[in-house]
Amino acid sequence: MDKTILRGKAWVFGDDIDTDLIYHNKYLAETDPKNMPQYSFEYLPGKENFAKEVKEGDFVVAGTNFGCGSSREHAVYCLKYAGVPVILAESFSRIYYRNAINNGYPVLFVKGLSQAIKDGKIKDGDELEVNLLKGEIKDVTSGNTFHGDAVADLEKDIMKAGGLIEYLKEKAAKK
Amino acid sequence: MGKTFAEKVLGKSAGESVSAGQVVIVEPHFCMSHDNAAPISKTFKKIGVSKVWKPDHLVFILDHAVPAPTDKHAENHMQIRAFVKEQGIKHFYDVTSKGGVCHQIMCEEGFALPGLVMVGSDSHTCTYGALGAFSTGIGRSEMAGAWATGQIWFRVPESLKINVTGKFKKGVSAKDLILKIIGDIKADGADYMSVEFHGPAIEAMSIAERMTLCNMGIEMGAKNAVCPPDKKVLDFIGPIAKTDAWEALWADDDAVYAQVLNYDLGDLEPCVAKPHTVDNYAPVSEVKGTQIHQAFLGSCTNARIEDLREAAAVLNGKEVAVRTIVIPASWSVYRQAMKEGLFDVFLDAGCVIGNPGCGPCMGNHEGILAPGETCISTANRNFKGRMGNKESNIFLASPMTVAASALKGEISDPREVL
Repeated sequence: MDKTILRGKAWVFGDDIDTDLIYHNKYLAETDPKNMPQYSFEYLPGKENFAKEVKEGDFVVAGTNFGCGSSREHAVYCLKYAGVPVILAESFSRIYYRNAINNGYPVLFVKGLSQAIKDGKIKDGDELEVNLLKGEIKDVTSGNTFHGDAVADLEKDIMKAGGLIEYLKEKAAKK
Repeated sequence: MGKTFAEKVLGKSAGESVSAGQVVIVEPHFCMSHDNAAPISKTFKKIGVSKVWKPDHLVFILDHAVPAPTDKHAENHMQIRAFVKEQGIKHFYDVTSKGGVCHQIMCEEGFALPGLVMVGSDSHTCTYGALGAFSTGIGRSEMAGAWATGQIWFRVPESLKINVTGKFKKGVSAKDLILKIIGDIKADGADYMSVEFHGPAIEAMSIAERMTLCNMGIEMGAKNAVCPPDKKVLDFIGPIAKTDAWEALWADDDAVYAQVLNYDLGDLEPCVAKPHTVDNYAPVSEVKGTQIHQAFLGSCTNARIEDLREAAAVLNGKEVAVRTIVIPASWSVYRQAMKEGLFDVFLDAGCVIGNPGCGPCMGNHEGILAPGETCISTANRNFKGRMGNKESNIFLASPMTVAASALKGEISDPREVL
């Protein structure tokens, strides 16, 4: 199957999910990204089971301003290393967005997602089909479709390289 | 067509005329990191560059957990000291009486300067806009990249102009203004934007008050927040500036803004941000009487000498009803407070005084809450579990409101005790 079309289960979140809810400051001294998924969403009521139950390929689906608050990159690593292939949200906080791009981690800005979540048009456990290149999202369970905006050129180059550090390494090697 | 502050500073740094929406690659001036310099130095080593681009542009300030409360923190600090030595980094503030909260040190030691592009691996780096800098928080990978290359990419942001007029009434302060603004436009109201504070009321404000405003820019999603580099700023930086590379840049009168807001300080009243979001605004009158178990006067938002004086005026000659933790923003603030006799006021009132640093603000140490407890705090975030326990509540407020509440053991209106 085409690797740009992903299939998985939705974990649905509201607006303004802050970095303490995604990855609590209690675990900031942890520096190995592989150890971070076990703490994902531990402080978010109703999502305490996320870390245990999330499966590789599942999606995080959220409303506006996902990742607001701290600059901690743990909040990106804990989802990336849990195997969540892409985060779908109406909007992201600026630093979270940059942290994702700089780690080669795809995010999609999806118009109308916040209201769709509130209206129950996309729910926890729904089966989703996501075309990363086209930005198309289909909720197979409910039949609803959504459209996400792909990232801009510089961001694309960073993503292609696999993240900022790899991008800089490539540039350094070319010199 | 005129330029905004962000367009001017980023344009100068990029060496071309730029407008909102354009992507530029610029060389940042000072790059600040706190305790997270440890993991950043590990990422830096992976890039394959042996030396940082300009050691004198890096500033390291230990503040998040000082002195180290756990062996893991101690090990991080040790790695930072080794990296400082290896790279010849001279701007290093270790656990000594020269240090304090990173953002406070950046401003009082003359790193934060008008017209400089500055980055920090901490979201509250936006504080330096109080001195006219374009400063913003970035992640760790990005900071490692900046150390290696001296470059960083920015999308030139749209700008939000906030005009402020009028005078504060008794018991009302800059914290009440910024909590009201965030309550109005919400946590994402300034996402990606450069927030400019304008107007006679801003010019009348002290540097400390401006720092409180700019510090909380991130709580409405802003990329940076800034006040005009007026005479007050120039007088402040004159004797302390760490470089002469700065330039007083400000927006043109005919600059184009995504949005313009107007506030009159006379309309404001003492307020709080209720749990668990910073935009959950309420006037104190609405939550008066809510029981609290702890009061915290500290953090990069409100622990300067001006804040301590305001709190001391409320506490003078009285006794607190709940445990009250006072943590000055830096050791120079600490010393000044001691000289002015503020410590006597705090100690007579029953407060405890901690060593400068972030303290319990993000739940590291020195005042973590128990399940079911409520804290009123002068800090900038009240996210669920922020102070270490997810079953606890945090209300954010001004130093005067925090002090008044500490006296009664419940949220109280400072106007009733002043």
